[in-house]
Amino acid sequence: MTAMTDVAFLLLTFFILTAKFRSQDAAAIETPSSISGIKVPEKDIMTIGLGRDGKVYFGIDDAPNRIAMLDNIAEAKGITFTNKEKKDFSLMSNFGVPINQLKSYLNLPKEQQATFKQPGIPVDSTGAAASNELKDWVFNARKANNDLRIALKGDNLAKFPEFKNVLATLQAQNINKFNLITGSEAPPAGWKASSE
Amino acid sequence: MAEINTGGGGGKHDGGKVRSKKVSTRVDMTPMVDLGFLLITFFILATTLSKPSSMTYNAPDKTKTEETEPLKASNVMTIFLGDNNKVYYIFGKAANEDPEVKTVGYGYELRKAIQDNTRKVSADKFVAVIKPTKKSTYKNLVDMLDEMAITKTQRLAVVDELTDSEKVLLKDKVKLEI
Repeated sequence: MTAMTDVAFLLLTFFILTAKFRSQDAAAIETPSSISGIKVPEKDIMTIGLGRDGKVYFGIDDAPNRIAMLDNIAEAKGITFTNKEKKDFSLMSNFGVPINQLKSYLNLPKEQQATFKQPGIPVDSTGAAASNELKDWVFNARKANNDLRIALKGDNLAKFPEFKNVLATLQAQNINKFNLITGSEAPPAGWKASSE
Repeated sequence: MAEINTGGGGGKHDGGKVRSKKVSTRVDMTPMVDLGFLLITFFILATTLSKPSSMTYNAPDKTKTEETEPLKASNVMTIFLGDNNKVYYIFGKAANEDPEVKTVGYGYELRKAIQDNTRKVSADKFVAVIKPTKKSTYKNLVDMLDEMAITKTQRLAVVDELTDSEKVLLKDKVKLEI
């Protein structure tokens, strides 16, 4: 029994160490489920969140890329960020704050950031208007990391027109292929994936 | 299992020497092992289940216009995603030809409707046109696309604009104001 216990605890240590704890998200998003078994890539991923109230959130993986993205957007918009603000920004896995409020949001104390109601990133139905900030984020994120793949994480209750706005924004930049993040669900009995 | 070997374990040995009685160092490890396995089970389940999957969404390229053969209305099932998780569909007729509008819910009913209609025309000719209305939710669209994957419908299009005749049709037949 000693040997088995040893192995068991070794496994336990392994699983504890590899377990990833969910980072603090800007909003809770409950995704619909699908039978599709394609896994979401871990690396080089841009996640556009669509909350139940239609608010849009944005995030990319990897802290250095986040800083590069913020630098790009700061240059384009003529804003400067201090190193501390950049560091705080690089720790956020996603956010939903318009660019003109971003600086003040980053300067809030941590506790207030958690309770702050994020207004969402402005989008519009054509996807190319000057007020559409999602297009700037997508563009500058891709400038920071060209290999980014795009995943859209929508909430069950988000309305279709809100999804359409995000779709229009992506299509305006000629992005026609992306992933929709869903939960997993078992296919109906007897169903087989086609061989193609 | 986890005792320290204490030699003779006290008591009398031949030789006549008197030894002090040793306390057993055995510790019952069963509860700890139980807890260990419980945690293992938890971590194994938690790591595999939390991984989300994803479906690919291919939107047509807006910058290119490809000339395709016009669709025959007899092969087309037009599916409207309505409010309150209802699906309306017409099959075989264009919206201005006074088709029958059928109402189904998501899940089995919808799947059966798609499969029945696919069988009426051959699978390679069947075309599904998905028209989400303003009142439908993102979940409805994902469910619909999922049904397409389940029924293996290869030819499908997501069109977000309803024609005037379709608006009139939905308003007259199922009281859905778009």
